[in-house]
Amino acid sequence: MLNTKIKLGLALAVSVALVTGCSGDKQEEKQESVTGIDKNPFPSTYRKIDSQPVVITNVTVLDGIGGKIEDGEILLKDGVIVAVGKSVRLPSGAIEIDGKGKWITPGIIDNHSHLGVYPSPSTRSHSDGNEMTSPVTAEVWAEHSIWPQDPGFQRALAGGVTSLQILPGSANLFGGRSVTVKNLPNRTIQDMKFPEAPYGIKMACGENPKRVYGTKGGPMTRMGNVAGYRQAWVQAQEYRTKWAEYETELEAGGSPKRPSRDLNLDTLAGVLDGDIIVHMHCYRADDMGTMMDVMKEFNYKIGTFHHAIEAYKIADKLAENNVCSAMWADWWGFKMEAYDGIKENIPMVHAANACAIVHSDSDLGIQRLNQEAAKAWADGKRAGIDISQADAWQWLSANPAKSLGIFDKTGSLEAGKNADVVLWSTDPFSTYAQADKVFIDGAMVYDRSNPESWPVSDFELGQIAEGDAK
Amino acid sequence: MNLFKKAALASSIAIGLSLSASALAENIAIVGAKIHTVSAAGIVDKGTVLIKDGRIQQVIEGTDVPSGYRTIDAEGKVITPGFIGAATSLGLVEVSSSAGTVDARAEPHAISTVGAALDVQYALNNDSTLIPITRIEGFTSAATGLSGSEQLFLGQGAFITLATTYQPVLKAQAFMKLSVGNSGVDNNGGSRAALWVAINQSFDEAKFAKSYAMDPSQNWLGLTTMADAKALIPVLDGKMPLVVNADRAADIVQVIALKKRYSDLSIILASGVEAWRVADELAKNNIPVILDPESNLPGAFDQIGATLENAARLHKAGATVVIGMDTHNIRLATQHAGNAVANGLPHSAGIAALTINVAKIFGMDDQIGSLEPGKVADIVIWSGDPLEVTQTAEQVFIQGEQIDMTSRQTKLRDRYLQRNALKPVGYTRP
Repeated sequence: MLNTKIKLGLALAVSVALVTGCSGDKQEEKQESVTGIDKNPFPSTYRKIDSQPVVITNVTVLDGIGGKIEDGEILLKDGVIVAVGKSVRLPSGAIEIDGKGKWITPGIIDNHSHLGVYPSPSTRSHSDGNEMTSPVTAEVWAEHSIWPQDPGFQRALAGGVTSLQILPGSANLFGGRSVTVKNLPNRTIQDMKFPEAPYGIKMACGENPKRVYGTKGGPMTRMGNVAGYRQAWVQAQEYRTKWAEYETELEAGGSPKRPSRDLNLDTLAGVLDGDIIVHMHCYRADDMGTMMDVMKEFNYKIGTFHHAIEAYKIADKLAENNVCSAMWADWWGFKMEAYDGIKENIPMVHAANACAIVHSDSDLGIQRLNQEAAKAWADGKRAGIDISQADAWQWLSANPAKSLGIFDKTGSLEAGKNADVVLWSTDPFSTYAQADKVFIDGAMVYDRSNPESWPVSDFELGQIAEGDAK
Repeated sequence: MNLFKKAALASSIAIGLSLSASALAENIAIVGAKIHTVSAAGIVDKGTVLIKDGRIQQVIEGTDVPSGYRTIDAEGKVITPGFIGAATSLGLVEVSSSAGTVDARAEPHAISTVGAALDVQYALNNDSTLIPITRIEGFTSAATGLSGSEQLFLGQGAFITLATTYQPVLKAQAFMKLSVGNSGVDNNGGSRAALWVAINQSFDEAKFAKSYAMDPSQNWLGLTTMADAKALIPVLDGKMPLVVNADRAADIVQVIALKKRYSDLSIILASGVEAWRVADELAKNNIPVILDPESNLPGAFDQIGATLENAARLHKAGATVVIGMDTHNIRLATQHAGNAVANGLPHSAGIAALTINVAKIFGMDDQIGSLEPGKVADIVIWSGDPLEVTQTAEQVFIQGEQIDMTSRQTKLRDRYLQRNALKPVGYTRP
């Protein structure tokens, strides 16, 4: 009985993790009712901004899932995309925007950001991204560190970023929970949490954990790292079994002894349940190869390898294991595990039918992820990997949305999805393209032509250059 | 398989271009491109560059080539002078973190108390993989210096060619580095109240040293060591430019005041996040600015006024703008310049910021930085607009030589594009 339940949970987990958090939520509710544990103690208080319907016409559309429409139209209404095509119905009272010469795409989703946890200014007081006190700290949650007044959010918005995942740093084997947010910072972090987005967990391979803990009790080697992950999963399995037994007995009307709760193991068990998606900082091909075996050994799913400098060496294996790679276009050489970086990494992963994502890990890079994709797209083309722009846009919206478990809600221009949309001044695969207008849930939240409307963080208010061109 | 064929085709085109990579003295005509001369001749819409004895002989309009030249068809392409890395540590670092010795970072040593004596000309390694990785992207020379010294000055930098040579130095002791921003303050008394007095004292001691027998038998009780004081003399005389890293307007005003105090100083401002706020003063005092145009965040309290329009506003005020602050990815200075252009800098100023302006500030403009008769033939053929992220350097010439357009990165790429699944990768040798 017990075994069946666990297996069922796992089967669900595998199918659920990359698609949607919905089934996970149902499971949470059920567990909640039995154990009394609140699985969502920091619920989203995000509210979309009221908006009039918007129709954009004469625009080049990249729908984010491989489609391109010349002279197309799009209708945004009540926060969602109502229609995309050669022509759409113009509802009364709609704002009409002539998109001649302009391009429209899904909003960019950065699945690797430290905005808010390593904000600007980067003072020690603000440095809240790495709980470097123990190699296993799955109990910490990035959302408890995020400072919503980081001016980086507004800069990213001007670059067309509508959603992002904020992660703990990579010092630890298990760095803690990540959180996915709408790029509309407000008074509290809950105000920007992406409704119903599943949690992620940050894990890290390679150099960082061994550098940080090598002289602080270990791990000090890669083999020490791997022993650390495995030991933690063993504990998580035991913890999960204990709680499952407790639940089963409760459900059967018994009065079992309640196991003691452990916040670290809560998170790890959530991964084994398939409710929490693994985001693993991993550079080297051999490190990724090892981790995909650890994943099979403990029957969990790695959603995405982040940075994945050497993903091009094992793109076939990444495809086989259905693990995404979130990559830079051309960063390299800042440490040994980044020494083999090449400019064709992203297109080579894509060409192997693996899931490729362009990520930033940078408060500057996040402002021009379209240019990162453009570089990778052009470098791939020159190496004989001919990918259409329409397909390449998957790296910026659809694939990161899948990696975050929110693709049912955003990440493409499809009817019914959140109206998270960017209108570009020209072909966004260009240095000179700028995000003219950015919509989140149908509301125009950035309008380049109207400086008075630009959002300003509390930090910059009343300082020099408040509201200046950024 | 299809992919592999395409890649092979692409590389055979590249080989075609470089087939006769050749003797230095070869006469070459590059024909039919749009040419940014970055000189009074401006842009030649369709012209020919003649290369003779490793130097630019002439840029002519049209495509009629005199006899005696090997011709390279560049119709539809764009030609610029070789780009120049303005603020790099090229040749001084291979891998920055946890990977052994990094010559770009010096630790305190008895030779120096203020860092001025440190000299990177002895530390350069042109076998570094960064050199080919950088030059195949259109960068043919660079200013290189320390990124950290834990002292007041960051020593003396060098100006190098990115050609394959054991003697890359085009100019030793090409500039002196100093940081007066927050990072400089942190290493020097924790307050500008200490830092600036130390700077003044160092220059005063250098002034004294000019008429003092600087030999070990003499007493020398200065803040600086003898080696430091000697190194600062050419700076004081304006023979060696002083590159000063500063961001906030208040610091930049102090830098301008420094120039007034020691009137022969030749100062280059670096980083200059808030330089736009004192743009007129910088222009008036002939202080050029090396900057990263993408720096638009208040990374610290000395960068509150950061804006993407920094480069454009400085240029408009008449200040000389130079773009390019990085090492492993100094090749991305083209993208940085493009973003400056997207935010108001004229395109021609974007090109100048990577070429002639860099050459000028380091006193190399008699040799490089533009396509003018007699200058060294550092030339790049681009697939299109070099500031556009989708375009690339297709062929680079350094000192008149058509270079091999490969690097460790292109070899890694080709190995894994051509990988034979039946054998370990070590046997694929592209």
